[in-house]
Formats: sequence, C-alpha cells, structure tokens
Amino acid sequence: MKEMLTEGLIYLNINGEVRKTLVRPADTLLFALRERLGLTGAKPGCENGDCGACTVLVDGWPVKSCLMLAVEACDHEITTIEGLNNTPIQREFVEKFAFQCGYCTPGFIMNCQGLINIHPDASDEVINEWLQSNICRCTSYEEITAAVKSALNTVNNDPVS
Amino acid sequence: MIPFDFEYYRPSSTSEAVQIFMELDAAGKNPRYYGGGTELISMARMNSLSFGAVIDIKAIPECNVLEIDNGHLMLGTTLTLTRLHESNLFPLLAQAGSRVADHTIQSKITLGGNLCGSIIYKEALLPLLLTDTEALIAGPSGMKTRQVNAIFNQSVQLEPAEFIVQLHMAEKYLALPYIHVKKTKQDKINYPLVTICALKNGQEIRVAFSGVSDFPFRCSNMEAALNERSRPIDSRVARALEVMPVRVLNNLEGSADFRRFILTNLLTSVVGSLEADAI
Ligand code: FES
Ligand code: FES
Repeated sequence: MKEMLTEGLIYLNINGEVRKTLVRPADTLLFALRERLGLTGAKPGCENGDCGACTVLVDGWPVKSCLMLAVEACDHEITTIEGLNNTPIQREFVEKFAFQCGYCTPGFIMNCQGLINIHPDASDEVINEWLQSNICRCTSYEEITAAVKSALNTVNNDPVS
Repeated sequence: MIPFDFEYYRPSSTSEAVQIFMELDAAGKNPRYYGGGTELISMARMNSLSFGAVIDIKAIPECNVLEIDNGHLMLGTTLTLTRLHESNLFPLLAQAGSRVADHTIQSKITLGGNLCGSIIYKEALLPLLLTDTEALIAGPSGMKTRQVNAIFNQSVQLEPAEFIVQLHMAEKYLALPYIHVKKTKQDKINYPLVTICALKNGQEIRVAFSGVSDFPFRCSNMEAALNERSRPIDSRVARALEVMPVRVLNNLEGSADFRRFILTNLLTSVVGSLEADAI
C-alpha cells in the first residue's frame, strides 16, 4: 500500500521530466503545478471543476487539475501547456483569433489537444461535447471551434505537423 | 486550496482497503473511500465536508475490471464515466454517464463515485436499476453480493466500512431497445429536472427516474400501469403518476408541478416510442 500521511516529497512526471516537489496530501495538482513547480500555465478559475481554466492532460486525457490531488497524479504522465511547443492547435488559436483576454486559453488548448490526440476524426457533435467542458468569459466560442476544426484538418492531412 | 489536512492511502487489494478503513475509523480519523474524488475535493475546498483520511481505491485491480465473462458484464466501480462511454459495452449506461457534469470531468468521475457520492441524482444508477444488477461488495466480513435495487433504496444502504467493488449484469440486457432522456432547467450541463431511462424487455417496459425526487427510483406499480396495453397511453401515464411512490422535488431547479408536467410529457413519448419500436 502506498501512503502519504503528512507534507512530503513526491515525484511527478510532467512534460516528459520527473519533477520532485513538496506537497500536502490535501494539495491539488493545480496548486502543486503553480505554487510549487512554477508552472503557471494552468489557471485557477472557479477551482470547482466548472470553468476548465486549469485543464491539463493526464495520460493524454484532459483533466481539471483543481479536482485532482497532486499525490494522486504520481505514476501518471502529466502534460501542461508549457509542454506544448508550436503545435497545430496553438497555431490555429493565433490564426483564428480564438482568444481575447487569454485567461481560458491554456485550458481550452489542453482540452483541444486531448481531443486531437484521442479523436483525430472527431465529428462536430464530439467537438461540441468536448468544448462544453470549458468556459470563455470573453465568449470566443466560435473562433475556438474554428481553431480546433482547422487543427484537426491539419493533423489529419499532415500527421507529423 | 483545501483548508484542512488529511492522510492519503492507496491500497492494492480490497482486504487492505477495508482493513485500513477500520483502523482509521477506530482511530477517529473519519476516513472516506476515494474514487475520482471530484465531489470530495470540491466539498472539502468549501469546507462543507471534512475527513481525516482518504483511501484511494483506484489501484485495486478488481475495481478496474471491464469485461464480459460467463454471460455477464462486469464493471469495476473505479471505471470512469468516460471509459464506460468509450467502451460502449452497455450503451444505456454509457449515455446516462455522458450527461453527468461535463466531458472533462467525466474522465475523473467514477461509476462508484456517481452511485455513492452525496449528490442526489446518481444518474448512472438508473440503467442498473433496470437490469437486475448485482453488486460485489467488500467489507469487514469479506466479499458478498447484493442486488443494486436493495442497496439503493431511498438511501445508500452500505455499512461504513463497505464499498462496492464491481457491478454485474446479464449480457442479455445490454442490447435491448432503450431510451435515455434528460431535461434540465436551462443549460445542457446541469442537474436534471427529470431524467428517465427506459428499457424494453420483450413486451415489458421498465422505467427508472432521477431528478423527480430526492433519490433515484424504479417502481413496479408504475411499470404495471404503464404496461397495461389495453388502455390508451395518456391514461396509463396518468395512472402511473397517481401511484408514484415519491414526493416530487420542489426546488430552485423547478417546481413540483413543473416536474410533473415534464414527467407526463416525457413518459408519454418514451412509452409511445418503445411500443412503436421507433428507436
Ligand atoms: S479552476 Fe478548475 S475547473 Fe475552474
Ligand atoms: S479569452 Fe478571455 S476568458 Fe476566454
């Protein structure tokens, strides 16, 4: 049995790197990423699972990091927005003006990246279903949908892009 | 940030989980079994729930089973709603789970968490109520099986140290004609005003409800009324509502009268569609 009784060191596999950090068992992954590891791309919004600003990938699936304990994430592969570099979805967000203030953007991009990885052939219905997990207070929804569709096109036509 | 501390345990067997639960309980640590943790984390953050330890059961192999064996579908209770949806082995359950919270959270919410958490709607329960599902339970006296209908009867009837490891339902139910319909007050992602799951088993229609009352239910008297084919559908629905054994919820999401109105319309269309084989 694994156990963590009090504040202590854990190892997290983040963006392909093993990082050591000090957390309490009660600390969320969002807190550990931002406050302990300096990875401030994942944003705190509601901290209640509603807004999606804190979304990261865990084993390739989008997860709201405010609803995951840091200790729970040990033995899993975490990808944050800092782990993406000039990917099709990032380029399409710029091309399609899919943000205004940008606060929701890392969360949306991670969700979209998960969708592109898992369902590269996603239908409009699947795209809508996935995008409903995130909220954009600047209401860039049309542009975000256009960006993910365009990124899916790019990936399908040129899988190494 | 969660404003209090707790201990974290990740056992690798059911017996280890029950053992540590009893030890922590005896030590006054108010332990909780932990699946996806979404509800525990959000309630802890708001300080509306406190506990001294969580026992994360996701590393227990039996809790992750997803297979058909010997004519039965076996579902581990730490399977996420997303996993159930992607596998689609039980389409009605997949669909019911896909309307709980939003898509991202569905990859964290577990089947067991949806059933045993404190949120009253438990929408993944409805397909289980319709399919004579049995639960495999771990507890202080070892493993035992019980009917889901008996465990989830107006409240969750499990002993404190018990947890559900797996759910088993006969394969014959998985491909039956079904309808899942969920009505919310406004947004698609919300708690239900009324959710109905219905199955057609031969000529018999089975129906279970969430959102109507403060606990999901299935009622044999209502089904008897709905299946009385010699009468027109609207009079059967009216009769079913007369014998409905629950007090209809009356809250900010919707008044009791509004819920009854929706329920009448939905039941009429569900029964009509299933009888006409229009699905
Ligand atoms: S901060 Fe996590 S969902 Fe809003
Ligand atoms: S761009 Fe401002 S919240 Fe989405």
